[in-house]
Amino acid sequence: MALERSDVEKIAHLARLGLNEGELPRITDALNSILGLVDQMQAVDTNGIEPLAHPLEASQRLRPDQVTESNQRDAYQAIAPSTESGLYLVPKVIE
Amino acid sequence: MHELTLAEIARGLADKSFSSEELTGALLARVKQIDPQINSFISVTEELALGQARAADARRAAGENGALLGAPIAHKDLFCTLGVRTSCGSKMLDNFKAPYDATVVAKLAEAGMVTLGKTNMDEFAMGSANESSHYGAVKNPWNLEHVPGGSSGGSAAAVAARLLPATTGTDTGGSIRQPAALTNLTGLKPTYGRVSRWGMIAYASSLDQGGPLARTAEDCALLLQGMAGFDAKDSTSIDEPVPDYSAALNGSLQGLRIGLPKEYFGAGLDPRIAELVQASVKELEKLGAVVKEISLPNMQHAIPAYYVIAPAEASSNLSRFDGVRFGYRCEEPKDLTDLYKRSRGEGFGTEVQRRIMVGTYALSAGYYDAYYVKAQQIRRLIKNDFMAAFTEVDLILGPTTPNPAWKLGAKSSDPVAAYLEDVYTITANLAGLPGLSMPAGFVDGLPVGVQLLAPYFQEGRLLNVAHRYQQVTDWHTRAPNGF
Repeated sequence: MALERSDVEKIAHLARLGLNEGELPRITDALNSILGLVDQMQAVDTNGIEPLAHPLEASQRLRPDQVTESNQRDAYQAIAPSTESGLYLVPKVIE
Repeated sequence: MHELTLAEIARGLADKSFSSEELTGALLARVKQIDPQINSFISVTEELALGQARAADARRAAGENGALLGAPIAHKDLFCTLGVRTSCGSKMLDNFKAPYDATVVAKLAEAGMVTLGKTNMDEFAMGSANESSHYGAVKNPWNLEHVPGGSSGGSAAAVAARLLPATTGTDTGGSIRQPAALTNLTGLKPTYGRVSRWGMIAYASSLDQGGPLARTAEDCALLLQGMAGFDAKDSTSIDEPVPDYSAALNGSLQGLRIGLPKEYFGAGLDPRIAELVQASVKELEKLGAVVKEISLPNMQHAIPAYYVIAPAEASSNLSRFDGVRFGYRCEEPKDLTDLYKRSRGEGFGTEVQRRIMVGTYALSAGYYDAYYVKAQQIRRLIKNDFMAAFTEVDLILGPTTPNPAWKLGAKSSDPVAAYLEDVYTITANLAGLPGLSMPAGFVDGLPVGVQLLAPYFQEGRLLNVAHRYQQVTDWHTRAPNGF
């Protein structure tokens, strides 16, 4: 099932990727080519096979609920595009 | 001085033939002189390097004598380095100065290594040719019209051009082993969880693993020793003792059972590469190894499964680049959605956008089972193949790549053609196994690599076999003309 231009626009919106109108045909072709490769999976019989998420099947470690990190807000905000009074600034969200 | 390996540098520093400051100065001068030909560095950290070199010399004068103390290194530009631009090869992070050191960077710095700079790479480690970097393509020192492989292409080209003896890289689908093969280096992807991923900018978290690139297995052993180990900051780090890799180098290969998977020698493999791989097998037989044919029947499904799992994880990981907290922000966003969309549309290059789109689609409502779950089921089939094979053999051997390095631009218009070049390397990432590529000859003047795969945490066995092979062959000592 090949993706149409409208599918690609929807995926781009979900991914919050602003694509140029002019690029859409080329991206649609590339995605269909990649999905053609990926669809070769469907020929494999995987009935009853448990999905593998972690190669060594380790589960996430838990740690004691203790504060171990110090506050480094100034260092982290020094590299932000726009901050004020310790806050990250973005365009107005609520009119 | 630029011809020295890490092991030779360790001896030279120990017997005071030269100081780290002298060595560092000489290599920095060489980087400035030579690198414009190959574009392997994104940043040269001269001040940092000279400061670290002087500190290493002072530590040595005070009686310390670690093997890495005062030796040079450069990091793939996705290892966060405190106060240094860490770009990931992307316009998105062109202005990003990391606020902390990755664990790998910190461990090697504590061991006394001197950071010469940050190496070029495919954008966000997505590529096999190092052509998707925002900072331009890297050229292969063996032929400047050819690619060096990727995504750790700068790390490979820098060592191949004798700018320094060793670099760090990362391998998600072959990104250490493939460029090592294409530039005549030894490159090791450790077991998943062996080397900390903390501070390594994530591409596909269940596949990514950092490791060394160098000219010899001996040097890879020295560098891996400094990189490996449990890290509480990495939630998928494995708490497993780190053996002495250098001590494992000289072990006998008598009776070592090597499996040749028949699927690695089928259609698509350049017959000249097949011959060189067979010649390497003969050498290992002379050293006492016993060879048998094995089968990894699900290998052909690895690339399709990988191009679901890796993009799916990438689409999630790369959602953090939103133009708010760090990285690129578009000019004059009209609202928050516009800020997200234009920052990401302008900040990411074509290949990264493609993979984010594929991953977003695979994870979207209605497709999750057909794509992501299916790919994870195939992942288990691939792991099961290896587990069965390792009941019969101690090591698996085959070509690292189906072809030697291709010409710059030859595969850049067709993403799928480039994806297929990773056919032999991707399985180790899906199964989480350690793999090594070592030099095994030349085709049309371009290097060819042989790949070794071992059971979990058997990096020492890989280094042992590669080292013994390098004692009886000289492919790894060949240098490209003009470098």
